[in-house]
Amino acid sequence: MTKKPFKLPDMSRRNALGLMGAGAAALLAPNLLGKPAFGQTPPDAPAGRIMVGVSQEPTVFNPLMPHIEVDDNVHFSIFDALFRINENGAIVPNLASEVPSLENGGISEDGLEWRVRLRDDVRWHDGEPFTADDVKFTLELIVNPDFRSWRTTGHNLVRDIEIVSPTEVTWRMEEPFAPYLSFLTETFIVPAHILSNESNPNEAAFNRAPVGTGAFRWGRRTAGDNLVLQANPDYFGEGPYIEELIFRYIPDMTVLFTQFQSGDIDIVGRSYITQDNYEAANALPDRVVDLVSTPSVESIYLNMERPQFQDPAVRQALYLALDRGSIIDVLYYGLPKPTETFMPQQSFYYHDGLPTHEFNLDKAREILDEAGWLPGPDGIRAKDGVRLSFNNSTTTGAHLREQAQQFVQQTFAEIGVQMNIENLPAAVMWGDFWGQSEFDTAMVGITFLIAADPDVSNRFHTAAIAAQGGRGSNTGQYSNTEVDALLEEGARTFDPDKRREIYLRIQEIIRSDLPFLPLFAYTQVYGRKAGIEGFVPNTNTRSETWHAAGWYWS
Amino acid sequence: MVAFLLRRFSQSIILLVIVSILGFVVLNLIPGGPLAQYALDPGMNQDDRTRIAAQMGLDRPHWVQYFDWAWRLLQGDWGTSFRDGNPVLTVISRHVPATLLLMGSATVIAVSIGTWIGIRGATHRYSVFDYVATVAAMIALSIPTFWFGLIGIYFFSLRLGWLPAGNMYTIGDGSLLNYLHHLIMPSVVLALVHIAIWSRFMRTATLDAISQEFVKTARAKGVRERRVIMKHVVGNALLPMITLAGVQLPSLLTGALVTETVFTWPGMGRLFLDSLGYSDYPVVMGLLMFSAILTISANFIADVVVALVDPRIRLA
Repeated sequence: MTKKPFKLPDMSRRNALGLMGAGAAALLAPNLLGKPAFGQTPPDAPAGRIMVGVSQEPTVFNPLMPHIEVDDNVHFSIFDALFRINENGAIVPNLASEVPSLENGGISEDGLEWRVRLRDDVRWHDGEPFTADDVKFTLELIVNPDFRSWRTTGHNLVRDIEIVSPTEVTWRMEEPFAPYLSFLTETFIVPAHILSNESNPNEAAFNRAPVGTGAFRWGRRTAGDNLVLQANPDYFGEGPYIEELIFRYIPDMTVLFTQFQSGDIDIVGRSYITQDNYEAANALPDRVVDLVSTPSVESIYLNMERPQFQDPAVRQALYLALDRGSIIDVLYYGLPKPTETFMPQQSFYYHDGLPTHEFNLDKAREILDEAGWLPGPDGIRAKDGVRLSFNNSTTTGAHLREQAQQFVQQTFAEIGVQMNIENLPAAVMWGDFWGQSEFDTAMVGITFLIAADPDVSNRFHTAAIAAQGGRGSNTGQYSNTEVDALLEEGARTFDPDKRREIYLRIQEIIRSDLPFLPLFAYTQVYGRKAGIEGFVPNTNTRSETWHAAGWYWS
Repeated sequence: MVAFLLRRFSQSIILLVIVSILGFVVLNLIPGGPLAQYALDPGMNQDDRTRIAAQMGLDRPHWVQYFDWAWRLLQGDWGTSFRDGNPVLTVISRHVPATLLLMGSATVIAVSIGTWIGIRGATHRYSVFDYVATVAAMIALSIPTFWFGLIGIYFFSLRLGWLPAGNMYTIGDGSLLNYLHHLIMPSVVLALVHIAIWSRFMRTATLDAISQEFVKTARAKGVRERRVIMKHVVGNALLPMITLAGVQLPSLLTGALVTETVFTWPGMGRLFLDSLGYSDYPVVMGLLMFSAILTISANFIADVVVALVDPRIRLA
């Protein structure tokens, strides 16, 4: 089988726009990053191995079943999706041979008819050819009521999947849903010829020793310790250039950093190097340390149904009384970036013209005075029997957040607002307390986008308030009819330019409504040994090993 | 003897039932549950979580879930891990060897050194050796294992480079020597605390025995001091240690949480913590029953052994 390298071509209009949004420098980046001027070139045959340190254990290997971020690392290495989203936010073909769009006819004008053309040179790790059957089987398995599947949003709109030929599949959508294209970048295709024979796909042997099409194949797992993946020499795309990709599970982050120092670990991604270790990591010889921005935004989430937060003046005053500069500099070593919106700053849809936060206690007091919130005998402001006193909750043991809470508590007290710190163990915090909006306010880091698509209906649409019987994660119980209408329009709109207008407007409204008080966008510290080439962080995925196929030792 | 065995057996069964009910109640009292880990997943909504809970049978009343679990257990089905889909017994059996290796070697070190220190401390009471041993034991008992572990890693791995900074083996090198190399630091660190415990118990037990009348008699008869100590004193001092060993034995298999975490040792302690963190009910319940059965059996065996060794004790 000849290898057609799977680069990042196929510049559809949408992709091009995405790239422009990310800037011209980023456009050139993919090649520059992997290949510096005096040319490291990957080896001809896979050589060596790379050990990735993770502080959670990957345990779910069927990519369609419920899993957490660390499992994505394994899925991205063993499986392929129809498309991938690259580090610039552009959607590029993976198992598909082109990305369907309005221009190429892959998506009909009304957004209902979809056609995906597939590569003809892909084989499963067991040698069977990959075909349109596998795509149909995967999309059907996800909505099989007996199957314990992970996310079903978008997939539950797919109807009448038809296999036109082994390399072409079509389906109809129940309603136009633009985010589905992005969702498919996180929908890994599983083999029909293996799973269709299983009477109970939830307990198939496949789930413990998966067979994919990806650059690495299943090796061996030592439970509680490590997982070894082996190079797939017949991979249709670029690479792999290393023989073994190993995930080593090290539960304690101090110990993980120690093993990075000692050289036991080659790559540490995600948030496993804590901010306070950034300087120490930078000082290590023969290590490369990168700051990688993430889509996760830290904020003080307000429960909008609480009487204290109904008045916009209160929310504005609280935002003014937030000394977030000090929190970033003192607690987070100045690493995270201040932000005004839920949208990641590297997204094509990011609004960079929103009003900038200022820390101004006098102005905060003024606004509250004008709105009629006057200090009571105990110094705490009240209006119509509602006192500006509320709880703030986060996970116990999250030290930085606990300190940040104390910063916030102090400055709020200075404007006559009482914030009580009521922290809970993680299992309690993120159970019904969060999901059913039982909190007053929460200090929380949230990734708002799903698969890097700008649609945030799940977080801000009125119909997504679970505490009011809705289906979604609008735990702040934010409700704004204009935003609802815009969100609905955005999800129906396929043209990136038009979509951008919609989401810019949404960001403006949310910035002025302040259903949450943004603190900053997280920055993660990635570390790796010098000599590892081809490592590209991609904040549009949840995985630092999204493209391990391109890694090699110089 | 038969009556004793029967009574102990029926007591054990009742105890196991109580342990399982308590464990199940406590586990279910903790809010959150197995799906809390997906609470912040942007792409999953409440519908998805409700659906998955129903598919996992978590929407049934607690007592139904308990009886379902207990009934299966009686038939030998320990259930399936929520986390990785493996049968609970498979999950446990994969973690037992690592723990057995670590705890076994630590116990051998601790018992041999601890017993020696205890006996020597008692026979040379208030000597310099005794004082040093007492203070050292107090230090070992009061300083957290975590600290010892990190200090050990700092000096012997990062500074000197003599020993690996954790893990059970180098991936790709399964040689015995490699395992032993990795075993040194964790087993010694873990043994420190156990040496302290054993030496203190042994010292007290030896002192008790040394002041007995038969020791005076033996000395009066002109038996050599060494023989007095080895035969008459130590022989009697070891009796209470059998009971102590019975209490300690289960920990050989249930693991040492802290040491396993510091040295990234894939043992039972870590498995328990991880399973609890993810609310992996079947595995947590499995581990609970596993350690309850071990504890009950070990105590039972210790009782029998004591009775066999010491004819003064009657099993009735």
